[in-house]
Amino acid sequence: MRALPRASSTSGAPGRHTARQGHAITPYLFIAPAFIIYAAFMLYPLARAVHLSLYDWDGLTLATFVGAGNYTGILADARLRAAFGHAGAFIFFYAVLPCGLGLVLAAVLTRAKARGLALFRTLVFLPQVIAMVVVSVAFKQIYAPDGLLNSGLRSIGLDGLTRAWLGDYVFSLPAVGLIGSWVSTGLVTVLLLAGMARIPTELFEAARLDGAGAVREFLYIIVPSVRAELTVALTLTIVASLKTFDLIYMTTSGGPGSSTTVPSYEVYRRAFETGQVGSAAAIGVTLTIIIFLVTLAVNRVSERGA
Amino acid sequence: MRVSATERTLNYAILIGFSLVVLTPVASILAAAFGPANASAAREGAFHPENFATAWVEGRFGQYMGTSVLVAVVVVSLAVVLSILSGYAFGTMRFRGEQALFYLFLLGIMVPAEAIIVPLFFDLRTFGLTDTVWAVALPQVAQSVAFGTYWMRAYFKSVNPSIMDAARVDGASKGRILFSILVPMGRPAITTMVVLMFMWTWNEFLIPLVMSPSGEFRTAPLGLAFFQGQYTQGTALLAAAAVMVALPVVVLYFLMQRHFIKGMLEGAVKE
Repeated sequence: MRALPRASSTSGAPGRHTARQGHAITPYLFIAPAFIIYAAFMLYPLARAVHLSLYDWDGLTLATFVGAGNYTGILADARLRAAFGHAGAFIFFYAVLPCGLGLVLAAVLTRAKARGLALFRTLVFLPQVIAMVVVSVAFKQIYAPDGLLNSGLRSIGLDGLTRAWLGDYVFSLPAVGLIGSWVSTGLVTVLLLAGMARIPTELFEAARLDGAGAVREFLYIIVPSVRAELTVALTLTIVASLKTFDLIYMTTSGGPGSSTTVPSYEVYRRAFETGQVGSAAAIGVTLTIIIFLVTLAVNRVSERGA
Repeated sequence: MRVSATERTLNYAILIGFSLVVLTPVASILAAAFGPANASAAREGAFHPENFATAWVEGRFGQYMGTSVLVAVVVVSLAVVLSILSGYAFGTMRFRGEQALFYLFLLGIMVPAEAIIVPLFFDLRTFGLTDTVWAVALPQVAQSVAFGTYWMRAYFKSVNPSIMDAARVDGASKGRILFSILVPMGRPAITTMVVLMFMWTWNEFLIPLVMSPSGEFRTAPLGLAFFQGQYTQGTALLAAAAVMVALPVVVLYFLMQRHFIKGMLEGAVKE
């Protein structure tokens, strides 16, 4: 048996879950081991992060209480403002672009009932399982001055466009961002394909009878039907984009200048390189809040539209 | 649904074109890994599988892979057992504070490692735990347990309650019901969870980077980052090292891709 029974099928059955034997403590005993480790290594550090974020501390000497100073500092510091701005750009490259591409791609494939779909699924999902450090090494070589991209451009006579992509103030951000698109698009496409496979064929037939073309079919049948999958895809990819650390650490270290730095990288840099521990904690907490708000917002918009 | 021949051709063109976009970086790093490492190697031919052996030795990947395996075994085995236990309670029992506790666990799925890594490092350093397997593994156990509790709860809720009722009538205890009936029955769900946790742990970067400041306890992805810093010229050895770091998860993916895809898609679906 491969398929997992869905959670919703039986969970509402009345009369179960009764802790009737009176061992009121039993459930807590089952949860305790997990909870102890979870509390010690997740909840406590999270609370400590909030605490630390209220102090000015270099990691060694005595800390001074600065209240919300580290948070207002995020707004005041040009490098940090840039980092959060880049996070916005990364949302575009990691989430918006792949969702757009994935929608069209999955719709085309669903419509065509193409053969070889299983193999295609396996291939496009592959970037999701390759360690980000490895992806970074691969793309660093592609973007290198004498790498695949530049040789490709030269071979078609576009020598003028060649450059050191990751060392360029303008092009490094989209160059790194597109690595994220490469990673995300497969996940989004596979998710949407699964959603579209559930659209009843009659719906398409009815639309065709009414004379709807491919575009209207896409807008009025396919997109509304995969709203739930699209929500999941957006949530997953946006959260992934906000957690981009390995990629930046491996490819550009936030440079040149601060042109590709992101909040995750600033947390690391400040806490472990420049001795601004309080500020690093404040960035981490802010990032967490943003992730919560974005997740909430995406799900709200999706529910309201339904 | 009928589509015209032109559209069909176009569809295949899109399918193939997109597959090529995905495969090009993979193919390019494989090609680089087997390519000549330097000018003298280039004179001897174009195919150099010995790059892997050279990178393995020069990059000390024997040691780093060993560390990675140790961390993965600790994280996955601990997280799986703890998640099964807690998921069982959330999925089959009723108790005070059930909802609040469950939401507390769900929180952990969203909290980024960036938020907890700073206090974790300074606190664990105080206890002298940095540069040990525990500093690298336990925060990842906490992350995995958050997901695992959620995942196993969904499985236990899906089990037909009459099975548990029958066992209870026969006098089986809660622990016995769990380990002799529900765990064997839940093998597919548990396998998916194991596979995902292994992938996350193997590929994790920030936690081992911060938690092993001396570099004594470097995992394979960190070894690769370090190797990249050391060997700035020549791409062949670095590419070979990268292929080796990615290989365990990629091989597992090709063997068990249903579990990977199902887990990553369903694990994210909100209730």
